[in-house]
Amino acid sequence: MTVDSPTRRGRAPIAARLVLLGPGLAYLAGFLLIPLALVLSYTVFRRGRFGGVVYEATAENFTRLFDPLYLDVVLGSVRIAVITTLLALLLGYPTAYLIARLPQPWKTIALVAIVLPFWTNFLVRVYAWIVLLSGPGLVNSTLLDLGLIDEPLELLYNQGTIVTGLLYSYLPLMVLPLYAAIERLDPQLREASANLGARPMRTFVSVTLPLTMPGVLTGCLFVFVPSFGNFIIPELLGGGRSIMVGNLIRDQFLKARDWPFGATLALALLAVLLVLLFAQAWTARRYGRA
Amino acid sequence: MTSLHIQDVSRSFGDVTALAGVSLEIRQGEFFALLGPSGCGKTTLLRILAGFESPDGGRVTLDGADLLALPPHRRPVNLMFQSYALFPHMTVAKNVAYGLERERLGRAEVRRRVHDVLETVGLTAEAGRRPHRLSGGQRQRVALARAIVKRPRVLLLDEPLSALDKKVRAEMQLELKRLQNEVGITFVVVTHDQEEAMSLADRIAVFKEGRVEQIDAPVTLYERPGTPFVADFVGANNLFTGTAGEGGVDVPGIGLLPCDADVAPGTPVLLAVRPEKVRIGEGGRLSGVVVDVSFYGGVSHVSVGVEGRSGPVLVATQGATRVTSGSPVSLGWAAGDAVLIAQ
Repeated sequence: MTVDSPTRRGRAPIAARLVLLGPGLAYLAGFLLIPLALVLSYTVFRRGRFGGVVYEATAENFTRLFDPLYLDVVLGSVRIAVITTLLALLLGYPTAYLIARLPQPWKTIALVAIVLPFWTNFLVRVYAWIVLLSGPGLVNSTLLDLGLIDEPLELLYNQGTIVTGLLYSYLPLMVLPLYAAIERLDPQLREASANLGARPMRTFVSVTLPLTMPGVLTGCLFVFVPSFGNFIIPELLGGGRSIMVGNLIRDQFLKARDWPFGATLALALLAVLLVLLFAQAWTARRYGRA
Repeated sequence: MTSLHIQDVSRSFGDVTALAGVSLEIRQGEFFALLGPSGCGKTTLLRILAGFESPDGGRVTLDGADLLALPPHRRPVNLMFQSYALFPHMTVAKNVAYGLERERLGRAEVRRRVHDVLETVGLTAEAGRRPHRLSGGQRQRVALARAIVKRPRVLLLDEPLSALDKKVRAEMQLELKRLQNEVGITFVVVTHDQEEAMSLADRIAVFKEGRVEQIDAPVTLYERPGTPFVADFVGANNLFTGTAGEGGVDVPGIGLLPCDADVAPGTPVLLAVRPEKVRIGEGGRLSGVVVDVSFYGGVSHVSVGVEGRSGPVLVATQGATRVTSGSPVSLGWAAGDAVLIAQ
């Protein structure tokens, strides 16, 4: 991809640029950059006895971050998000591959079906999982009726439930970029690979996968980011304990009223995501040169 | 000695018949062309040979062994794609090495053969480049190198010259012939361009609507077309519809035209005369008015409007011609130069 050089041609006069960009920039500055800077500035101050911030410099928030109690939550969140992302990739790639090879109109129908859940309220869909998985819920009662189990299984309020909920919610975000990447791939490249003596699996590993890698990375990022910082799904399906960093941040701000530490956790979350974003951009550029 | 034997191969897509029972024998080491307009089934046949399509019926054998029983990746047949289908994420050398690596050859052997073939096609300096940094002609050489490095028994080429500009085309044309002589592989080229087919191939099969119209050497095909379609499709031709008469063909509205008639009088026939066989001068059987003169250097093309015929008669003459647009001329040809085709 080429970036236009900033020559006179194509550049609007300063006044016009201000008018066009001004409102958006002002909004971003007022409602994103300034609040973000404020929150981040809290990380170096002490908490007030009854909440709020005491402007007295300290590094204790950062030392506390590495307290096993909190570090485990951050690492646990990474683990849950990684598992969710990998499962989404494993489920999403074959799905996207099949959709890309469907004839019309089935392709469109399949794509609409993938996006369809987004038209329903997110909370309603998560609550539906509680109904399904609870003690007397549909899954347990069916299994009981079939005689496969003697007493209801503990399906709710564990890490598996959280992964299930996250996977369910964000799988479409994996499928769509994968679909776009696979669809764009020239089918003759696969034929060329077979013609040169490659078995189907070798063609996938050497041709299809590398050439759809930008889509894989985008999909992984799309799933990992909302999973990692999520607090609604762990709250509803995880039993309300502070088991993911999103819940922990929320609890620090609203329950423990420890804004400085909450801000520090938010910074840690932001740092992880930024590192991932840069890694994704860098890898995508490497593959994109092709 | 027959190498590739295609017997009664047919293929339909829904209501469309792509191949309606095609039979061909392609000899070992031959440069064979499948020629026809787009949609005549030649590409479908090529894809069947490569294994990307299965025929509805028929047999294909290569030196006696059933080719259709093999999956695409196990056929000793390589295809040079029309779009080249180079792997964009691999360098030129990697692209060429891909097929050899699938044969589990040693590293040194792969490197040596890749180097040799790149030398053959003159791309040694570009070995480390990605395909998108190459010109069209260079990409085609990579595609060719990638296909021949496997030393297939049959090399299939899908419209090999269509994406190149005129000058590179002429170069590649010579190169393909040289290469075919050098490596001795059977070449099967698919093309809609009759000049490409004529200049490259030892023999040409002309396709029309899923059937083979005629199989012959280029010169025979040109001088003795066997069907009205071949007469019209291969090279420029002047066609007259009429009935065989005494010493010629009786064309309604024009009269008796000269040819060596060897069919019973009264038979409906098509008379075909090549533009270069038509002479402008006195005493011809046809008279008309020059509509247009085009000078191409070595040859000139003269279009002559003839009463009783809807299109003009084309005449090709050596060098420049003295006739000018608007002048009345008389046209004629030797009886032996006209071809009779049964209707």
